Amino acid sequence: MTEEHNHPHETLPDQDGPLSYYQRMEAAVRELLVEKGVLAAAEIREAVEAMDARSPADGARVVARAWVDPAFKARLLADGSAACRELGIDIGGTNLVAVENTPDAHNLIVCTLCSCYPRLLLGLPPDWYKSRAYRSRAVREPRAVLAEFGTDLPADVAVRVHDSTADMRYLVIPMRPSDTDGFSEAELAALVTRDSMIGVALARQP
Amino acid sequence: MIARFAAGDRVAVRHADPPGHVRTPFYIRGKAGVVERLCGAFANPEELAYGRTGLPAKPLYRVRFAQREVWPDYAGPTADTVDIELYEHWLEPA
Repeated sequence: MTEEHNHPHETLPDQDGPLSYYQRMEAAVRELLVEKGVLAAAEIREAVEAMDARSPADGARVVARAWVDPAFKARLLADGSAACRELGIDIGGTNLVAVENTPDAHNLIVCTLCSCYPRLLLGLPPDWYKSRAYRSRAVREPRAVLAEFGTDLPADVAVRVHDSTADMRYLVIPMRPSDTDGFSEAELAALVTRDSMIGVALARQP
Repeated sequence: MIARFAAGDRVAVRHADPPGHVRTPFYIRGKAGVVERLCGAFANPEELAYGRTGLPAKPLYRVRFAQREVWPDYAGPTADTVDIELYEHWLEPA
């Protein structure tokens, strides 16, 4: 960029304030683990890097397989974690519940208490998923929230909200878009967006 | 694990307000719903939060509530629902 950067706008605050209670606790525990030789600093960095590198691609792969293979979809609905491992996806100790959108019912995921999210399958959650506004409104007025995401559902489609309050994590299987006969699994996976697997949107139309 | 409830059972959430790390949202306390499934047995987070083992593990259920039951002024269709995970000690027969 050769233009002089002088247009007026507010800059992001530098966050030079004092550390919060939990920031101090994290630093203290991390430094102790390194000092005691339990973990090396590089191992911690690598774990953070690996978590940051996760993306919704694995989730999209699971959904695409479910679209083309009814037996796999049945296994996915019965035991989400086992079905993911079947595809070679490392979801650690996640207890995954897959919920299927149908012409009669649309599923929406939220964690009202914090921000529980199937990170090992979808990567880090979007910022809005962690916001107080989404967390409170998704259970209270889900149809208004969906409409703000551009997802208007007719009244004869039931909205099923899932509040991820404890040990399970949730994956929405969106409906397969029309006019996708003959698509390969990879082509189908490209239509499965992060937001469609949270349930705030439908899968992309090709 | 001996589970007190099975899928299809009607249950009510205890109307309690204990201190500490509780994973039963306030908005669902005192409401009645139907067990959607038994998720298995999990260490009790109310104990885990204080460095204890959380054992014996507690049965965890997904319970489905009608939105009209949860929010009396809910504006959407009667078929709309919210599912919540609840530990057995928060549930009573309804």
